[in-house]
Amino acid sequence: MLKQVEGSHAMAEAIALCRPEVICAYPITPQTHIVEGLGELVKEGALVDCEFINVESEFAALSVAIGASAAGARAYTATASQGLLFMAEAVYNASGLGLPIVMTLGNRAIGAPINIWNDHSDAMSMRDAGWLQLFAETNQEAVDLHIQAFKLAEELSMPVMVCVDGFILTHAVERIDIPTQQQVDAYLPPYDPVQVLDPAEPASIGAMVGPEAFTEVRFLAHYKQTLALKLIPEFSAEFAKGFGRETGGLLRSYRAEDADMLVVAMGSVCGTIKDTIDEMRDDGIRIGLVVIVSFRPFPVEALRNALAGAKDVVVVEKSIAVGMGGQLANNVDASLRNLPRPPRLHSSVAGLGGRPITRTSLHHLFRQASVQPWEGTNFLDLNERVVGREIHRTRKTRRSGPTAENILRQLAKSVPPAAE
Amino acid sequence: MTPPVTTLAPEEAVQKLKYYQKGTFTVGNRLVAEEQRTVQASQARSNALTCGHRACQGCGEALGARYAIDAAMRATNNNLIAVNATGCLEVFTTPYPESSWQLPWLHSLFGNAAAVATGVAAAMRVKKRPEVRVIAQGGDGGTTDIGFQCLSGMFERNDDVLYICYDNEGYMNTGVQRSSATPPTARTATTPVLGPEPGNVFGTGKSVPKIAVAHNIPYVATATVADLHDLERKVIKAMSIHGARYIQINVPCPLGWGSASHDTIRLARLAVECGLYPIFEAEHGKVTQVRKIRRKVPVQDYLKLQRRFAHLFKGGHEDPRIARLQAICDANIAEYGLVDVTGRDG
Repeated sequence: MLKQVEGSHAMAEAIALCRPEVICAYPITPQTHIVEGLGELVKEGALVDCEFINVESEFAALSVAIGASAAGARAYTATASQGLLFMAEAVYNASGLGLPIVMTLGNRAIGAPINIWNDHSDAMSMRDAGWLQLFAETNQEAVDLHIQAFKLAEELSMPVMVCVDGFILTHAVERIDIPTQQQVDAYLPPYDPVQVLDPAEPASIGAMVGPEAFTEVRFLAHYKQTLALKLIPEFSAEFAKGFGRETGGLLRSYRAEDADMLVVAMGSVCGTIKDTIDEMRDDGIRIGLVVIVSFRPFPVEALRNALAGAKDVVVVEKSIAVGMGGQLANNVDASLRNLPRPPRLHSSVAGLGGRPITRTSLHHLFRQASVQPWEGTNFLDLNERVVGREIHRTRKTRRSGPTAENILRQLAKSVPPAAE
Repeated sequence: MTPPVTTLAPEEAVQKLKYYQKGTFTVGNRLVAEEQRTVQASQARSNALTCGHRACQGCGEALGARYAIDAAMRATNNNLIAVNATGCLEVFTTPYPESSWQLPWLHSLFGNAAAVATGVAAAMRVKKRPEVRVIAQGGDGGTTDIGFQCLSGMFERNDDVLYICYDNEGYMNTGVQRSSATPPTARTATTPVLGPEPGNVFGTGKSVPKIAVAHNIPYVATATVADLHDLERKVIKAMSIHGARYIQINVPCPLGWGSASHDTIRLARLAVECGLYPIFEAEHGKVTQVRKIRRKVPVQDYLKLQRRFAHLFKGGHEDPRIARLQAICDANIAEYGLVDVTGRDG
């Protein structure tokens, strides 16, 4: 049913349609509206046979989900940013135990300095935690990915993180098609685990594993992610049949057929990039986009095939591995590694801490990549004047201590970029 | 719901019994009627924590867990799930690829046993299996320190979980470091016997049983491996109640305390008899019963048997900090009324 609704509320409705049995809620911006919505659905009786538990921290939220899932219940929680870091130990534990928990991540920057706005630093911090990580481009896709996530999680017995851009998606009110209960029930069978905590068949779950078998356990986790590379497109295709629209999958291309330059990106920024590409195409520039939906498992082969014909690849990502560069760029680089004549890779870090990524800046970036390529990582819309002053200051007088306040002070003094 | 099965007599009857042997207080099951014997004395015990595990000789925690879990198994007709925090109990019971647990058992992390148990209990509710009950268990580090936030959350929501803390007063699994349950002056690897104030500091103390009582949860008890009748009775009572429950069991650790393996029970008893470890029960925020001290002993009697306190007895003169420890004992005795004013002697 088509609805004009806030993204978070649409996700809450979709999650409810998946019949979760235990939901653990702890507030953190910008994810909070999702669990609030689910709480309402449980309280008003729209979502039955579901325990909604208000916990005292994100660490407890995922821990409760771990207990519930190990005992055979379909478990869900949501978090963002600092919350994800606070539950980090449980994030690894859930995947290590092979528990099919689904968690929404309302993508937000990580402090310090504290920042509530959107980027992908939080998701990247857990990229090696053994979870599947799916990135939604739109709120419609966010709704659809949650339904696919439960199916994937339970088929593989692995946890799935659905990554949705904080505010840009979570707080946007727009037209969203909410599936019917019949559609979801036909697509998603009940959770039927092989092994649970049951007095009838006592099992010890979570025992210590030493050097004798740890490598094998990790290999199997990696193997399961390779299975996911096949399952994700399958379940996406099955979803298209049942729900009448194509969402999810490993990746998808936009105007990429004859492109000399291909942009690679994840999440909601792909909308702005598509608009920019349309404008550049109007100017006769052969440019296209590859949208990564599945960041874990990373679709190395599919991406290699998608990028093989391009001369230039520009990775635009909302995260930075400080001291190394963009994580997505590094992963894209790995997929290009074995091509005989790989395209030239350009890495740009953009939109950190919620800075808007504008079409103007993207136009400039993509043109620069073809005429004046840069080495290493480009920081889109970096205020070079402020950074330059701070670097100059620290060179003049070595003084350790926090830097963020210096930046703020200089920003207040400097001419706003728009007026330059 | 199936009523809990117990052959134990009501607590009053047990309390009046003189089932211990004079002078030793040793539990003598053969001296009492069959229905008053411990669960552990019965051949029908579940052996939930079975033999073959890797606990040290004289381990108080292994003993406490064996009694507690078997009693809970009896009380629930074996419909029990245990969640275990990381620690000695977890490590010595599940060396790869073996397990000593004869009941469904889940280990997740060090600091989240209470929350994981909440999740298991929620799953049982939603799966409509009210007969299956949930226990969380951990050491004092996993309970009073790193697991404290999850524990308090579980209490405050009154989740249907019995949390058992096996309190051996330190991080023994990692090599005997200080926890918030370590007594003042005790030597640990992180409170070495060095400098003007050797051993652990005199802090303000942290009684998690009292903190549990302050949550007004339905049932809180302390227990000791020196009184296994009382321990079993408390576990069985706890399992007859729904909601959040907390039992903290004093379990001496020969390795960490520097005591002889054969002194585990003696030390547990002396900890109670000197007043350092008050044994009490509380329901809904009110203390309902205390275990009186049978024969009061000076705290030195308890300290002397442990190498972690050996520095208090060096140098020929009486270390003034012994008096400070005695003051803690005396304050406990006064607060809980551990000694009858008429004077009570076994």
